[in-house]
Amino acid sequence: MKEFVLVFRRAVDLNEPQPSPEQLQASMKLWQDWMGSLAAQNKLVNVGNRLSSDGRVVNPGKVITNGPFVEIKEAIGGYTIVSAKSIDEAAELAKGCPILMVNGTVEVRTIVSMDDNS
Amino acid sequence: MKENELIPHLFRTEYRKIVSVLCKLFGIEHIEIAEDITSDTFLLASETWGQKGLPPNPTAWLYTVAKNKAKDFLKHNTIFSQKIVAEIKHTNSGSHEIEIDLSTQHIYDVQLQMMFAICHPSISTEAQIGLALNILCGFGAEEIADAFLSNKETIYKRLNRAKEKLRIEKIKLELPSQSEIDKRLDTVLNTMYLLFSEGYYSISQNITLRRDLCLEAMRLTFMLTENDFTNKPQVNALLSLMCFHSSRFEARINSQGEIVLYEDQDTNLWSKELIDKGEYYLNKSSQGNRLSRYHLEAAIAYWHTHKDDTKEKWENILQLYNRLLQLEYSPIAALNRTYALSKANNKEDAIIEAEKLELDDNHLYHSLLAELYRDINNEKSLQHLQTALILAKTQADKQIILKKIEKLKLSL
Repeated sequence: MKEFVLVFRRAVDLNEPQPSPEQLQASMKLWQDWMGSLAAQNKLVNVGNRLSSDGRVVNPGKVITNGPFVEIKEAIGGYTIVSAKSIDEAAELAKGCPILMVNGTVEVRTIVSMDDNS
Repeated sequence: MKENELIPHLFRTEYRKIVSVLCKLFGIEHIEIAEDITSDTFLLASETWGQKGLPPNPTAWLYTVAKNKAKDFLKHNTIFSQKIVAEIKHTNSGSHEIEIDLSTQHIYDVQLQMMFAICHPSISTEAQIGLALNILCGFGAEEIADAFLSNKETIYKRLNRAKEKLRIEKIKLELPSQSEIDKRLDTVLNTMYLLFSEGYYSISQNITLRRDLCLEAMRLTFMLTENDFTNKPQVNALLSLMCFHSSRFEARINSQGEIVLYEDQDTNLWSKELIDKGEYYLNKSSQGNRLSRYHLEAAIAYWHTHKDDTKEKWENILQLYNRLLQLEYSPIAALNRTYALSKANNKEDAIIEAEKLELDDNHLYHSLLAELYRDINNEKSLQHLQTALILAKTQADKQIILKKIEKLKLSL
């Protein structure tokens, strides 16, 4: 079993209206059901975290800018760590992610362990 | 209480107290001496009380006799005296008369210390349970063998190895420090829960013994809630969980000693008193910021005290299982979560989820799939029940599955 990071991205639209409590709850259920599904398969390594859209980018020359959404259209909204036999299986697991329903994407990346020199 | 019931009862409640007090005096490395003196005391009680009738205060009688026997032992055992008595006298601040403290407060304190000593992380879980049953619950090797469907000799050996471990690891009778308490409590609670489950789910046919096991686990967990130092939210959550589960004790086993499934239980047999107690401890557990598995399991058990099949009930149970699994995976939680999903969402989704679980060699997995396929594809449902029947290990499980097969065949 290898470990993979699933990185959730979606376009940040600052003009988007705040979701209603009902919408928030419905979205919460989708995420919890998906996390519960990964955990029930014993493939959830770390629930990970959600990330706030507010950010700073520290540039060469120590220049700090707001961001990172000035440069990247799709901001990182969070991440989760799963275990799977292969990157293809990890990608299969990512198919259930609710971010896909709001036009977001999931980036699947293999975690390289410290002692892996391949 | 009749005389022939009194001694076994006192053995359950007083054995651990006397052994703990004597261990505190001698050091836990001499636990066998403490046990011998305590057993001798009970032996003398059954002889004397049988001939002369009950003393006015049987418990006080036991304490006095145990105290005298301990003093006699110290007087007559020179090797022990040389090594140990010097130390005891030293700690007794120079007084030459050995004090054996059998006050209520001291008894209570040493029992808690004994719980932490037995549930020390350096002792294997299996040995912890054996020691807890033997020392804390006053179960003899024969009763333990009965509960574990093992034989007396195996249990003897297991207990002796565990006591040896107490010596080798130089475990002390004391409460852990403030900084260690949460971690050490986790081990104690885990053992208490296993003790309870052993009684609740045991395959032993001895129902009285099983009920006693549950009661003792609850009594010990209750003790932890009575001390400010150990009265933590997770302890209350575990006690709440035990109350909710045991509220169904009468309903889940029929007069033939067979398991009655939750759906078929007569709710009139559920204990309202224990459900109320469960709610009381669940409320007390909702403090602090640590959500333990016991909080989640107690909340799930709370919803199961509502027999009605509402959407709200199953949505809550599903979300609690989602959280529980994120905290800690177990095949049982994964199966129960999938069942809750079928009730909260729908059977079709649950079937897709179930097929991902990879628990093909678990009979409960096939029972779950049989349940999910029922009324959707009864042929498939029957196939899963037949696989479950082959995989089931106990007679009780096989019986349940056979009943389901019979019922399903009628609708084919």
